[in-house]
Amino acid sequence: MLLRLEPRTQSSKWLQVASPLIAAALTIITAFVLFGALGKNPVVALYTFAIQPLTTLYGLGELSIKAMPLMLCALGLSIGFRGNVWNIGAEGQLTFGAIAGGGVALWAYGNEGVWLLPTMIIAGGLGGMLYGAIPAFLKNRFNTNEILTSLMLTYVSIQVLGYLVHGPWRDPDGFNFPETRIFNEVYGIFPVLIDGTRLHLGVVLALVAVVVVWVLMARTFTGFQIEVGGQAPHAAAYAGYSQKRVVWLSFLIGGGLAGIAGMAEVAGVIGQLQPVISPGYGFAAIIVAFLGRLHPFGVLVASLLMSLMYIGGESLQMNMNLPLAVTGVFQGLLLFFVLGSDVLIRYRIRFASSRREALG
Amino acid sequence: MEGLDTVVAILVGAIRAGTPLVLAAMGELVTEKSGVLNLGVEGMMLVGAVSGFIATVATGNIYVGIAASIVAGMLIALLFAFLVLSLMTNQVATGLALTIFGVGLSAFMGIKYVGTPIEGLKPILIPYLSDLPVVGPILFTHDILIYAAVLLVIGVAWFLYKTRRGLILRAVGESNDAAHAIGHPVMMIRYLAVLFGGGAAGLAGGYLSLVYTPQWVENMTAGRGWIALALVVFATWRPGRVLLGAYLFGGITIMSLHIQALGFNVSSHLVATVPYLATILVLVIISRDATKIKLNAPAALCRPFHPTV
Repeated sequence: MLLRLEPRTQSSKWLQVASPLIAAALTIITAFVLFGALGKNPVVALYTFAIQPLTTLYGLGELSIKAMPLMLCALGLSIGFRGNVWNIGAEGQLTFGAIAGGGVALWAYGNEGVWLLPTMIIAGGLGGMLYGAIPAFLKNRFNTNEILTSLMLTYVSIQVLGYLVHGPWRDPDGFNFPETRIFNEVYGIFPVLIDGTRLHLGVVLALVAVVVVWVLMARTFTGFQIEVGGQAPHAAAYAGYSQKRVVWLSFLIGGGLAGIAGMAEVAGVIGQLQPVISPGYGFAAIIVAFLGRLHPFGVLVASLLMSLMYIGGESLQMNMNLPLAVTGVFQGLLLFFVLGSDVLIRYRIRFASSRREALG
Repeated sequence: MEGLDTVVAILVGAIRAGTPLVLAAMGELVTEKSGVLNLGVEGMMLVGAVSGFIATVATGNIYVGIAASIVAGMLIALLFAFLVLSLMTNQVATGLALTIFGVGLSAFMGIKYVGTPIEGLKPILIPYLSDLPVVGPILFTHDILIYAAVLLVIGVAWFLYKTRRGLILRAVGESNDAAHAIGHPVMMIRYLAVLFGGGAAGLAGGYLSLVYTPQWVENMTAGRGWIALALVVFATWRPGRVLLGAYLFGGITIMSLHIQALGFNVSSHLVATVPYLATILVLVIISRDATKIKLNAPAALCRPFHPTV
């Protein structure tokens, strides 16, 4: 083989920052080729995808509100991934947060007050937390694989939401559409922050979460224990750190944040419960977590980038008649490139002929 | 007599619904036996499903479609193999990436094909035998892929436990360093095992889009790839048990569909949760015994291999 990987004695510091950028660059190059292959002018397509959405105040608002659920979900996931706990059911926890938060709004119908929105936030967080607690409990008590259980529960949650909006929670005055009542406009919906955009208060929750998660991971003993549990399980066990506690923490925090994201979606731009409330934010958050190097500030930047992929995809659909599924292709490619580029951090690439290898 | 007919219908349906699970899970079993965990089954199935469908529409020949679904599954598995084996990326994360990519790519490829009708693969009525009461319809009225899936299980079991190459593959999955030290090509064996898994998952997807419900629908696998992954654990990595488990799951799916036909007034949404809840239940039952999992799982599963010599 011509290409050889040589382990570095120390992982490269600057490549830790550069590797996501390399991945983003590779994705752009692939996009360029793909647009060309589809018979579109690649320069115009790239402009429409990545720059045009950012040229208006409205567009910047959209960027922020789509980054919000991604950020919240990815923050929670990154805690688990650091501790080697693989919660991939953020989408389901998000859905249950939306059900719980929306449920409160529907329950309060006719008696709303200032208390409603804070109660909905708490209910959303608790809903996601409870739903996240299921795989955590099963993992700790019965040793089940959390990847499979958290994912199965995602499929279940979407059906439960479908059942509710088609059945008991359907708007009685809604002409049989599978939707609930619209939440109270004053007390049940996040207020818009900037006129002319849809940017709402829910985005602030995500920014607060970034700081809280950073403090937890970088400044507390619990964060340290999670980190050790992930990087050196044997050392963690020897030091007496409980891996079960890490599983609980990862799922409860991750589920809670995803639940708040779901609640903020329905109390933000949607305003009611519908059969579909997320275009896969919970799954895209996995990419965001890795792209952000599992670091809260990295997640902040990565969620904006991922959000751009969503609105860029919509922009391509509207202006260039390209299918929305392009976004999904780019998302997958981006994660491949991120993971592939990370090899550069730990290994040096050497181009050596096999004969010299044998001699060396 | 009507009750008996229902039972026969459920069993026939169980075998049909279980077959994509058999195919995908057998592929994953071989991959995992070589020490590689590929969580991208769902993505590979979707790409296989859409590719097989497109090839069938383009050529009008369903067998070309079946071949295309296998090849497509292998191609996308090759991407995974390169990342995980040559670049030593995290297997869990890369498998998730493969699923996300497969979901996006299949939706993108299939846009023009949603709603296109095709003629699905016809079942073969084996002469005389298919006329037998009860046994006839259950065993002898299936399409060729259902029989192929059973042969695959027998073939894999024979390969893994009765041949030298199978022994080497298992050795690589138990201890890659030891296998490397005595001169076995660990890298090549793992590449081949991942490709086999990709081909089988692609075929499983093709079964869905060409035979089970002959059409292309975005995300039509609906979690079956993940259920197949759970089946491998459920079967404690034994081929025969994969077959039984898959038919059992097929049966659960079909029975939940029959609940409404039997006149029970249950929401179709809640009925649709049954296979997923059953998967969780089965995982709980089988995983409770941690030692059993530990003894049966390939010891080097998920461990990267970097030859230093």
